[in-house]
Amino acid sequence: MSALTIPIPELPRPWNLPNRGKVAMAALIVAESAIFTIFVVAYLYYVGKSLSGPTPREVLETPVFYTICLLSSSLTVHLAAKYLERGRRSAFLALWFLTFVLGGLFLFGTGQEWHRLIYEHGLTISTNLFGTTYYSMVGLHAFHLTAGLVMLGTVLIFGLSGRVGQDQSARVGVLGMYWHFVDAVWVVVFTVVYILGR
Amino acid sequence: MSTSAIAIENLQTTGRTWTQTLHEWVTTVDHKRLGILYILYALSYLVIAGVEALIMRIQLMHSHNTFVSPQVFNRMFTMHGTTMIFFVAMPVLFGFANYLVPLMIGARDMAFPRLNAFSFWLTALGGLLLYFSFLGGSGLYGAGNAPDAGWWAYAPLPAKAFSPGHSSDYWTIALLVSGFGSIGTAINILATVLCMRCPGMHLGRMPLLVWLNLVMSGMILIAVTPLSAAQIMLLVDRYLGGHFFDTQAGGSATLWMHFFWIFGHPEVYILILPSFAFISEIVPVFSRKPIFGYPVMVAATVFIGFVSMSVWAHHMFTVGMNSYANSFFTITSMAVGIPTGIKIFNWLGTMWGGRIQFKTPMLFAIGFLFQFLIAGLTGIMLASSPFDWQLSLSYFVVAHFHYVIVGGILFALFAAFYYWYPKMTGRLLSERLGKWHFWLFVIGFHLTFDVMHIPGILGMPRRIYTYEPGRGWDTLNLIVTIGTFIQAVAILVFVWNLVVSYCKGAKAGNDPWDAWTLEWSVTSPPPAYNFASIPIVASRRPLWDQKHPEDPDSRYE
Repeated sequence: MSALTIPIPELPRPWNLPNRGKVAMAALIVAESAIFTIFVVAYLYYVGKSLSGPTPREVLETPVFYTICLLSSSLTVHLAAKYLERGRRSAFLALWFLTFVLGGLFLFGTGQEWHRLIYEHGLTISTNLFGTTYYSMVGLHAFHLTAGLVMLGTVLIFGLSGRVGQDQSARVGVLGMYWHFVDAVWVVVFTVVYILGR
Repeated sequence: MSTSAIAIENLQTTGRTWTQTLHEWVTTVDHKRLGILYILYALSYLVIAGVEALIMRIQLMHSHNTFVSPQVFNRMFTMHGTTMIFFVAMPVLFGFANYLVPLMIGARDMAFPRLNAFSFWLTALGGLLLYFSFLGGSGLYGAGNAPDAGWWAYAPLPAKAFSPGHSSDYWTIALLVSGFGSIGTAINILATVLCMRCPGMHLGRMPLLVWLNLVMSGMILIAVTPLSAAQIMLLVDRYLGGHFFDTQAGGSATLWMHFFWIFGHPEVYILILPSFAFISEIVPVFSRKPIFGYPVMVAATVFIGFVSMSVWAHHMFTVGMNSYANSFFTITSMAVGIPTGIKIFNWLGTMWGGRIQFKTPMLFAIGFLFQFLIAGLTGIMLASSPFDWQLSLSYFVVAHFHYVIVGGILFALFAAFYYWYPKMTGRLLSERLGKWHFWLFVIGFHLTFDVMHIPGILGMPRRIYTYEPGRGWDTLNLIVTIGTFIQAVAILVFVWNLVVSYCKGAKAGNDPWDAWTLEWSVTSPPPAYNFASIPIVASRRPLWDQKHPEDPDSRYE
């Protein structure tokens, strides 16, 4: 029952271990990356193998504006976390809100594109292989983005009620890691769908 | 210190009705209780999937047997395989990891106790969903109840056209849900090992069990997720009319094979690494020597982790890949033999010159060494693609992987049960029943799986529900079936031992095996908080240091 009290020959050095939230989020990101990798492989494998139209070249329009929105949200979420670390809560809240808006804009852009593809071009998930792989991969990304927005929104509500302070900066940083990941996935999806896949 | 700790424990356990106890177990976030829940859950599925195996063996006992219909036979091998991998092997190994990892690194719990409980209940829900298919799989409408597409469900078998009703849906969702549970547990183990170690427990001082579970968790992150992705695609195909694996719309059945085996082969290593972990703890203690070549063991483990990610297509030699792919996957598969060989030599090196105690855990560990070696040798045979073209999908393959899973993983698990049962319950398992269990199981195992190689070489394909007489398979199959029943008797002895020893076993005390890792420094069973004060360690064998202050390990490391 008694604790171990072993005479240690060396001087006990300061015992620092990594933050478990960060380690867990890094592990989750590795796992999610593997999921996305499989979807990317499926997409690339089926490029040009659809037996019927419409093809990517005919219907896709590069969403430049919304991509800029999403990528810049990575910068705002990073700065927001930095400001929180230094205790500047109003700057944090402003940038956090901006991140939320930019992410929301991107999601709106995805919705708009899907609406256009479905109603103007008749491309659904069951139309052809392009539809199946495109909607699944972009949809999986949009799902992760939505989950991120819910978490950003939760922090925003807590922040507006004055409950997010310097003490929470590590946790906010963990959420920031997730958001960077969602952005990085979009860089890959964008490259695959709009550059390689056309 | 110690009296106050005991007082707290009494406070927790006295005067509880059984509903309160049940409530405590259902809502628990304690890593030890969750570990035991995992283990009990897995043991019950072991019995269910074992019965399914017996049904198959009775059917194949002699030619033209009509014990079950072909349809039922298909369901039995599908359910047997799926259950054994996802709802026996994974949960039982997670159970031991859950129970032991925090205790071995001197932590009070896992990094995320509630995530831990969530992961367990996800896994539990997965198993219930799989077996609910017997009721909910639209069997009444002639669509067939339980999943019957084999445990790897090659496309297009699970497609809507060939698998009407909901049986394949239950299969898919069960694996998806339990996969999320596995990922949660893997994240938890990683965070626990990296962030919760007690002072002095450097990575180089962690017990090998912890190291191996760390590597296993890393592998789960990369290997289980492709299966989740493939199951999502299958759901898109089945419910949204997608074409991922729909060959009539240009989809590819081969892509499913790749995705499945990118999961499927690393999965075998995910299961064998914790088994290596048990052996690496048990062999030194019963040889009375520290593990031989600790750094090499760690390096070999990490090497296995990497190489196992690039061997998957050796399951697909007969699909017709080009010669470069065949050569690549042959070479990588054979390369796995190098680190595993290193491990076997290191365990032998640990035993060499030791004062070996032939207690039941050690007997199972020695059985493991012997059988795992043979399993590895047939593995190298099958890794050679021309040889595989001849014997793929035959009973030779079935014998090979059962040699790995039963002769390797299950033997290591039994060793772990006999070794850590005293820690979990405070009672030793009966040595007499343990010996009966061991010898019956060894005889049954070898009768079944040694003999099973031969019909495979003679050309008996796997997954056939019956066969023609006069091919020289009849006697062999009868022997295999007899062996299965001897194994079943051994399992009954084991379960009996678990029950009887829980009530009447000899008191274990803190440290019945005179072992060296931290879990043996606390009471059996450990208090809810594990350590009254967090220990500080200075070597790989902290309890040796405590017992032998005149000659501590820390002096040499």
